[in-house]
Amino acid sequence: MFLFLVFPGFLFSSAMGLIVSWVDRKVTSRVQYRVGPPWYQNFVDVLKLMLYKETLIPKGVSSVFFLGMPVIAAAASTLISTLVLVINAAPAKGFIGDIIVVAYLLMIPPIALMLGGFSSKNTLASLGASREMKLMLAYELPFIISLLVPVIKSGYAIKLGSILMYQRDHGAIINSPSGILAFAVMLLCIHAKLGFVPFDIPEAETEIMAGPYIEYSGKALGIFKLGKSVLFFAAPLLLITLFFGGLGTDPAGFLKNALEYLLIVVIIVVIKNTNPRVRIDHAVRFFWGPVTAIAILSAALAYMGL
Amino acid sequence: MTKSINVFHCSSGSCNNCDIEILDCLTPRFDLERFGIVLVGSIKHADVMLCTGSSNRMCEPILKRLYEMMPKPGFVLVWGACGSSRGLFKDSYNTGQPIDEILPVDVYIPGCPPKPEAAIAGVLKLIEKVNASRKNKK
Repeated sequence: MFLFLVFPGFLFSSAMGLIVSWVDRKVTSRVQYRVGPPWYQNFVDVLKLMLYKETLIPKGVSSVFFLGMPVIAAAASTLISTLVLVINAAPAKGFIGDIIVVAYLLMIPPIALMLGGFSSKNTLASLGASREMKLMLAYELPFIISLLVPVIKSGYAIKLGSILMYQRDHGAIINSPSGILAFAVMLLCIHAKLGFVPFDIPEAETEIMAGPYIEYSGKALGIFKLGKSVLFFAAPLLLITLFFGGLGTDPAGFLKNALEYLLIVVIIVVIKNTNPRVRIDHAVRFFWGPVTAIAILSAALAYMGL
Repeated sequence: MTKSINVFHCSSGSCNNCDIEILDCLTPRFDLERFGIVLVGSIKHADVMLCTGSSNRMCEPILKRLYEMMPKPGFVLVWGACGSSRGLFKDSYNTGQPIDEILPVDVYIPGCPPKPEAAIAGVLKLIEKVNASRKNKK
């Protein structure tokens, strides 16, 4: 419980998540030749929503359902980051199939967002939620296939701990051709999962306002934002665990991890800033076509031992 | 609260000049995101409702409804001459009243369109007003 609420869990992950979201905003503004917000900006944003603003519930909407969804999304994201961090600290602590649990937990925030959108009785929110559903169908397939690569590489271990141990003995998975391909695929899938710009079709600000978020205000919106930034913190961490051999404990290892982490985040942000939004059918075609093909190729390469 | 102002932009029949000027405030030269000011898409995320345009008869009920939908504490800012005082459309049959007769306006930014400097001055006034209102509550 302490693990979940305080140290690698809720408090730590949300603080880190908000800082990572600041990195995103800062890099974005530097790319656009602006100065950008100060580092505490996201903390202020969330605190404002939590403490000062009123929470409105639309008329005729189930309030339990409407307000429960942000909590579920945030809890699932926090659980991912706790699980990944705890297993990184002690690889033996995992249980069989925890990688499957992580894959399922990664699905929960988009599902919660979708249900929240549908429950809010707003046309634009329903439209956004239905796009979110299509997008999820699109990226889950290549995501799971590329998740298979580390599993195959480490001798069919479906434990994050065993994958880490394998990488400690044999070097990081990204050093192999199949690892690079799977990493690229997973990076794209995580990009879509976080809802960033080429794939922010569900929450397109300029066409359907904020999609599923449109009716949310005050605390509910704050919790959604918090959950999203925790996910933004946890997703690159998962990539590091699966492909870069996990977190190191000594200072040099820590520095290496920080660099890898920043590299992943900056790649995500640069992709975000240099691409226009695609249409939903293009996104589905993209994920089911080339991306799935690459994922299958990488899994095949991994099977052959490359 | 003053360091994170989310602005909802609501055009009540403006000529688009003010709206372009609002976007100018977000561009590299003035970069209002430095102070945590961002435009949001939904009124339910907003702290400040920014109204441009002359608020013609068609827009009047919509403005009222949007103000009611905004989560409180929320503030209203009128941008440009038309919204503040009906400007050019003072004698028009279609513009019943200036925005401050429809909504409780907190800050006016005059100009046709206002310069970004004027906008920044207006935002400072708004921040002062927010701080003052919080002190009064205590």
